[in-house]
Amino acid sequence: MNPTPILEVDDIHVYYGNIHALKGVSLTINKGEIVTLIGANGAGKTTTLNAISGLVPSREGQVRLRGETISGVASHLIVGRGIVQVPEGRRMFARLTVEENLRMGGYTLTRAADVQAGIDRAFEMFPRLKERRTQVAGTLSGGEQQMLAIGRALMAGPEVLLLDEPSMGLAPVLVDFVFDTISRLHAEGTTILLVEQNARMALQIADRGYVIETGMIVLSDLAANLRENDTVRKAYLGIV
Amino acid sequence: MKASLIERLTEGAIATFLWLLRVAVVLVVVVGSALTIMSGRYSLEVYVGLVVSGLTLGSIYALIALGYTMVYGILRMINFAHGEIFMAGAFAGYFVVTASDKLGFLNQGPVTAMITIVVAILVAVAVATPIALLVEKIAYRPLRNAPRLVPLISAIGASFVLQYTFRGFFGPGIYSYPTVDFLDQTLPISGVIVRYVDVIVVISAFVMMTGLYLFVMRTKLGTAIRAVSEDKDTAALMGIDVNRAIVTTFGLGAAMAGAAGVLYALLFRQVFFLTGFVPGIKAFTAAVLGGIGNIPGAMLGGLFLGQVESIGPTLFLDGFNVPSPNQLKDVIAFTMLVLVLVFRPSGILGERIARSRA
Repeated sequence: MNPTPILEVDDIHVYYGNIHALKGVSLTINKGEIVTLIGANGAGKTTTLNAISGLVPSREGQVRLRGETISGVASHLIVGRGIVQVPEGRRMFARLTVEENLRMGGYTLTRAADVQAGIDRAFEMFPRLKERRTQVAGTLSGGEQQMLAIGRALMAGPEVLLLDEPSMGLAPVLVDFVFDTISRLHAEGTTILLVEQNARMALQIADRGYVIETGMIVLSDLAANLRENDTVRKAYLGIV
Repeated sequence: MKASLIERLTEGAIATFLWLLRVAVVLVVVVGSALTIMSGRYSLEVYVGLVVSGLTLGSIYALIALGYTMVYGILRMINFAHGEIFMAGAFAGYFVVTASDKLGFLNQGPVTAMITIVVAILVAVAVATPIALLVEKIAYRPLRNAPRLVPLISAIGASFVLQYTFRGFFGPGIYSYPTVDFLDQTLPISGVIVRYVDVIVVISAFVMMTGLYLFVMRTKLGTAIRAVSEDKDTAALMGIDVNRAIVTTFGLGAAMAGAAGVLYALLFRQVFFLTGFVPGIKAFTAAVLGGIGNIPGAMLGGLFLGQVESIGPTLFLDGFNVPSPNQLKDVIAFTMLVLVLVFRPSGILGERIARSRA
């Protein structure tokens, strides 16, 4: 069976002023896969996600969703096409309530019933959020905020979910919970691009992985092979 | 060592000065009020009258202040052209009320007067809103990612452009609003003088503010505006059209200001191309007073400023035998702005934001 690429990033170059942040990054993500992008701080992981989401313009190259180019499409329209990003650091709307945050995640939905169904689903996945539905998001703990960030992103019913460092700053128990959630979404058929510093966890659940260094993809392989790769083991898994 | 001694002395001097300033303000307010009240020069009715006119003026300030505070909330910039939007509304209202007067419709009775006022407000909103949207598009949107000082300068420029465009069209003269007989009549309450104009201004302002508050708190677009105010990138990642939220914010602020222009002109009966300047700055003061960026804060700040300005000169200064203290109402208003900026830059409701943000 030939895998169908759902998201293709084709040789994109991103500049911040004179800084050449991405020097020709290419990735392919097939339908239903979990693909992880690992790399050190400042390597260009978040920039890659932001280029896909349209938050930063790419000067060269293309991003294609189901073969259709989405480079140059405004961020808020990309959501409607089926790509949603959970940004780094959760980025709650701190003064909005939990429920309002979820409603904003479903901003592109036009039918009230779909919004309600999304909220119910988020509360079913994360019962803790239901208890805190009328609380402002700024008062949630880090773990609860991550749940809300994921729940909020799922509201739009994404085909492709971009996750930026979902385990950052969480206690180990919560890290496990977040990764269980990612596996569950994967099992339900969501395609996932996972950016992580926690390369060990990421490579455990991913199908394939890319390694990015200073704006370039330096390695790409099946996750199982990357786990055994010497360079990866030394640089990202801390195994000597 | 020597430098640090000088530094410490300077700091000490500043601290002492600020402390003295506080004492002086408190003394003026407390002693002045006590002296005025003890002098018995004014009856209770006079004070009540001042409170009423303060409420009227304050609700107009509050309406204008909402525009400043909402635009600040979403773009972190002070829209100094906002006073001119208010002026545009006052002008638009002038033509409606004058036309109604010329047709002999205006003063046929309370009903025709009210119809005229409602139409004037609607026309003012319809004129003020597109002007504000145009200013946003031409003067602010291209500068959205510029350093914060740049849109501020652009705003001041937009303010001048609007003032002198109106001067060009309508000349430098003052236009008098026609007399609306009904508005000058007083409510049938003995002892206190409340004119219908006060009632109408206060009620319209409260209806509009309630409507705005419900819109921002309860509707999808209103929630999106709050989300964009907090974090534009994340809002875009949720599929929110950030531009639409910003344009809506400008539109709402302008609608409030346009309506406020008519109310203000009904109260003071005149309009000319600089009409927007002083109320604009006062409303900005009110927004800062309430905690800029905070919607209930702007309402509260406006009402508070109205009271201080109305009752303050008589209450604080008359007791010291200051001649015609009412001439000093602007001094009191702007002194308050300075005091707020020095002692509590976050405004009355500012701290609550900080807490719920954490």
